[in-house]
Amino acid sequence: MSRFWKWFWSLVLVVPLAVFAVWAIWDNTKLFFITMLNGLTLASLYFIVASGFTLVFGLMRNVNLAHGSLYLLGGYVGYFVAEMTGFFLLALIAGFLVAALVGLLMQVAIFRSMQGEDLRQTMVTIGLSIVIADLLMWGIGAQVHQMSAPEWLVGPLRDIPLITAYSKYRMALLPLGLIIGVLLWLFLNRTRVGMMIRAGVDDRAMLAATGVNVNLVFAATFAIGAGLAGFGGVIGAVELSMVPGEDVRLLLASLIVVIVGGMGSVVGAGVGAIILGVAETYGLAYAPTYSVVFTFVILVLVLAFRPRGILGQAA
Amino acid sequence: MKKRAFVHTLVGAAVLAAFSGAVYSQQTVKIGLLATLEGPFAAGGADGMRGAELALKQRNGMAGGKKIELIKASSDAKPDVAVNATRKLVEQDKVDIMVGPLSGGEGIAVKDYSKTQPNITFINGSSGAQAATLVNPSQNFFRFNTEGAQWMVGLGKAALDKGYKRVMVIAEDYAFPYSQVQGFMSEYCRLGGKVPVKAWVPLGGKDYSSVIARIPNDVDALVVVLGGADAVNFLNQYEASGGNKPMVGGSITVSQDILNYKGKRRDSLVGTIAGSPIADAYDAPEFKAFVADYQKNYPVSAGGYPSPSLFALVYYINMKAALDGLDAVKGDLSGGQAKYREALQKMVLKTPVGEVRLDSNRQAIGSTFVTEVVKDAKGNLFNKVLRKVDGIDQTLGIKKEDFKMGSRDEPSCP
Repeated sequence: MSRFWKWFWSLVLVVPLAVFAVWAIWDNTKLFFITMLNGLTLASLYFIVASGFTLVFGLMRNVNLAHGSLYLLGGYVGYFVAEMTGFFLLALIAGFLVAALVGLLMQVAIFRSMQGEDLRQTMVTIGLSIVIADLLMWGIGAQVHQMSAPEWLVGPLRDIPLITAYSKYRMALLPLGLIIGVLLWLFLNRTRVGMMIRAGVDDRAMLAATGVNVNLVFAATFAIGAGLAGFGGVIGAVELSMVPGEDVRLLLASLIVVIVGGMGSVVGAGVGAIILGVAETYGLAYAPTYSVVFTFVILVLVLAFRPRGILGQAA
Repeated sequence: MKKRAFVHTLVGAAVLAAFSGAVYSQQTVKIGLLATLEGPFAAGGADGMRGAELALKQRNGMAGGKKIELIKASSDAKPDVAVNATRKLVEQDKVDIMVGPLSGGEGIAVKDYSKTQPNITFINGSSGAQAATLVNPSQNFFRFNTEGAQWMVGLGKAALDKGYKRVMVIAEDYAFPYSQVQGFMSEYCRLGGKVPVKAWVPLGGKDYSSVIARIPNDVDALVVVLGGADAVNFLNQYEASGGNKPMVGGSITVSQDILNYKGKRRDSLVGTIAGSPIADAYDAPEFKAFVADYQKNYPVSAGGYPSPSLFALVYYINMKAALDGLDAVKGDLSGGQAKYREALQKMVLKTPVGEVRLDSNRQAIGSTFVTEVVKDAKGNLFNKVLRKVDGIDQTLGIKKEDFKMGSRDEPSCP
């Protein structure tokens, strides 16, 4: 019986999507595939930011609602470093490091003293995000900051079958997201530190008893999570530009990705990011007026049928 | 004993404060100033504030023999945020006159709120949705700037003159772009132009790749009615995706805040025609004096633009109207501000871009420009004047009963 229902619901979900895909390809092949690529590349940006969030929020259960502010901070730092030195790579590193440093400070100064107190963490980090956003606006102003892509990624990539031309920079996001995902997965699942992190999340006291400095492990994890937000910020500063308000948008995206994908799972964050990115872009391409709705329909469906997220496990 | 003395001092101070407050309020007029310092129009909002302040600076902070106290507030282009900020200024700070807000949807919301505050006079900031004064107008909401549809008059013909026979419209999905598109299309369609596709995108949507993918091959140009950060993102992404169709801009698409955004790629904008209440290179002496004054007060080194933006000009015009009105009644705001409002209604306002009168809905009748983006010797982009159109009323010269307000589907000529 339950198997039947599983099949039934999958059919209800898959058939309309398949029908839509066939119709869309028949109607306008180029539009369909460009939109697919747009969705995946947007997903890549979402994944980079949200994977940091899944480390901090999903794995360590630290409710860091200032994650978006770290994205904004990283983006601005990247912009100014690129402006001064002219090296995009340096900007990426700087964005990562500054955000990681701020994250480290937050972990040591704030989260360590309120371990396990979700509500306090929520309130404090919301406050912090407002303060950081206003400080940035005060220091940098509210103008749009559009970072330039590195020389070799400027302009379109031409003569691709089916879609003719596509932005080089945007195309480059695809392998970048994949590389970061694989590295993160290897780090968590194949290294000693990754093992400690997973052990610490499951039983903090037990891990400490085996002689591991748990505080250090947690601080390092938090710094990596925060650094990924900053890294994403630099990438986003090129494609989507930096302006006050971006912090909230990316925080919301990260939240949805982690909730849809399942907390604390890197693969889950990847799945969540793809679903969100693809839904957003297809929504904008085929039903622009209602595009906002799709995101929340997905959220509702996932919460209704898989409350722990698509790849989430019982706590 | 010591404690009691302290309490006495406190009471004394409070009385003094109350007393001085009373004296103070007789000699000052409080004006609330609302613009967007957050969200997609943050940069434009900051320049709007500069324009409004400039109008006050030019008369040394005095109008009608009274000292003017400006109280500022910010919104983020969302109507509910604008109403909350206005509410705070009116109900908490007790301002006498409100100037604002910046964006189209906000203007409609503040106009509706103004009906609940009959003793306060509301003057628009730079919001340009038709509905703010065209549908259920409010007795105490005045708009001394021409609005979105009026700004586009003359552009339809200019686009056809450039040889753009079919265009795709890409615009944000709210009241102001509806007005702009209506202003453009009513003329463009009448003269035989075709608009096969209209894409309405969410305000602050950021990622335009999907819309760019939808651009058909057989259109001659794109009509881009996006503002602030949205315009910057669209232009950038369109260029990166290999797009090369010429553009026709909405009024805030090629304003100074866009021409000067932080970043490098702006040259693709050269040659873009647009309809706008401001043209950087307009050579009337009043406009030149305004620009010089702006540049003196807000040099580029202090965060200003090389030339004032649309928002600076329009906020300047509305603030000037508020202050001229106070001069006309010598600061007399008694009797529910009745005299003041009468003065506003009858006023022929001298603005840097020509004279403005109000119609019976308290909406400006004035001039607009058709402009084209060019590059000067220093590499700065600015708008030169192709044509100036005077005396445009809100129904664009169409009879009131035949005039249909702009919406997603109106007008249409596929």
